[in-house]
Amino acid sequence: MATFFEQLINGLTIGSFYALVALGYSMVFGVMKLINFAHGDLFALGSYLGYTLLIASSSWVTVHFGLWGGMAIAMLFAFSGIGLAGVLMERVAYRPVYPAGRLSLVVSALGMSIFLQNGIMAIWGARPQAYPAAVVPSTRFSLLGLPVTSLQVVILLISFTLMLAIWFIVEKTTFGAAIRATALDRSTATLMGIDVRVVIFFIFALGPALGGIAGVMNGMYYRAISFNMGWTYGLKAFTATILGGIGNIPGAMIGGLLLGLMESLFAGYVSGAWKDVFVFFILIVVLIWRPTGLLGEKTAEKV
Amino acid sequence: MATVLAIKNLVVNYGAVEALKGVDVELGEHDIVAVLGANGAGKTTLLKSISRIQSIKRGSIALKGLDLATVPAFRLAGLGIAHVPEGRHVFATLTTEENLNLGAYGVRSMPAGKELEKTKEWIFSLFPILKERRKQLAGTLSGGEQQMLAIGRGLISKPHVLLLDEPSLGLAPIIVQGIFRVIRQIHEEEGVSILLVEQNARKALGVARYGYILELGKIAIEGDASDLKNDERVRAAYLGGSKVNC
Repeated sequence: MATFFEQLINGLTIGSFYALVALGYSMVFGVMKLINFAHGDLFALGSYLGYTLLIASSSWVTVHFGLWGGMAIAMLFAFSGIGLAGVLMERVAYRPVYPAGRLSLVVSALGMSIFLQNGIMAIWGARPQAYPAAVVPSTRFSLLGLPVTSLQVVILLISFTLMLAIWFIVEKTTFGAAIRATALDRSTATLMGIDVRVVIFFIFALGPALGGIAGVMNGMYYRAISFNMGWTYGLKAFTATILGGIGNIPGAMIGGLLLGLMESLFAGYVSGAWKDVFVFFILIVVLIWRPTGLLGEKTAEKV
Repeated sequence: MATVLAIKNLVVNYGAVEALKGVDVELGEHDIVAVLGANGAGKTTLLKSISRIQSIKRGSIALKGLDLATVPAFRLAGLGIAHVPEGRHVFATLTTEENLNLGAYGVRSMPAGKELEKTKEWIFSLFPILKERRKQLAGTLSGGEQQMLAIGRGLISKPHVLLLDEPSLGLAPIIVQGIFRVIRQIHEEEGVSILLVEQNARKALGVARYGYILELGKIAIEGDASDLKNDERVRAAYLGGSKVNC
């Protein structure tokens, strides 16, 4: 029972990373019909930005603002930095390629991914880095008699708050309706007075920015970060996106959490070494059995 | 009658094909002008060019003297031009109400507030069925209801100029009648100027003051609607004299 609970909370934690990254995939895909393969690398870059801020001038941030303050500032830093990177990426790598069609976009996205990975390696080196233990808050305590760390609780709280906020913006506000309208039909959205460029800007800022936050939380949770971790995380978050139904916001959240749970329970009860095999096996099964994902892309065709 | 919308020598190309070959159209204040013609004559292209979702090769389009080429397409809604596109184009996975709200998106003076609610009530009075359907996804509405929604979504911005593209397309005669009743009503009560593109020439000339007949990208015939109704060529080609319009 203790193992089960441990794996459960662990699965929810990594699932919430997947969910946040998957949200970015899904938002960008919904509006642009583009699978942004560089998204995972933006997540990794976010991890490194947070890391650099925290170790810069020997934990100045942590010393002055405390462990939680330092974590918050690192997340804000990664949020804005990666948001900016996302917008820049759209300008540099995607916008010039739009007229050339979707295949060129995919190639450009792959190129961007390689560029980012190598950029991170060139700046921070090929060896894995580690968030120093001194900057990571990790008080153990028991919740209803079950062992958790304060970091896990905070990560879950932050992730769920962010997911709820995104869900609210996209599904409940007029701007969210404008985003969904743009995703469905750009010309008609323009007729409504929606500036499609603003929507694209927002999507490419917010989607990656969420990944940036997830990157910092991931660094705090696992401590070790490496320049190429974005690739695996990107693929897993992509699997989560497919699992929940690409282009579907609640689907991305559910897909991410579910994937994290399955991965963690598989690692705990079957085999830790085979967990990635298991995850991508799920991707294949979902693609065969239910290619539109669990929730599917929302359709409203008349029956 | 003061001119609201003036289109001069409009040329539009799709690749090597000329869709519009120098078209002049004028719409006055408090006016209804019909643009008639067969499929492929360039009617829809004309409206898309006005709302700038179709790029033009030559010519000018002016709204009360303002050259629209200098304005980004998304600002046109705020300038008082509403375009109800051919084939409705409602946002299928958004609710009826969300569709209506988006119709007012470009109008800065009317944010989501009392004013919007009041205008929405007006739309619901024109099309009561939309009120019943307000929480329903637009894609699940019937064709007639979707057309009403598309028109309502255009009207909710309280436009000065309404571009209506084939509002009767694929609808039952009784629905068409209702829609034309509303067209007449908004024209008479609200003074909206309407540029009406139609294949249903009889209906269109019934409400319009003036009419243009497009043939293969050119204005073939133009004149007062009452004259066009009695014009031999128009009768033969568009008013049931032949099978063209059936």
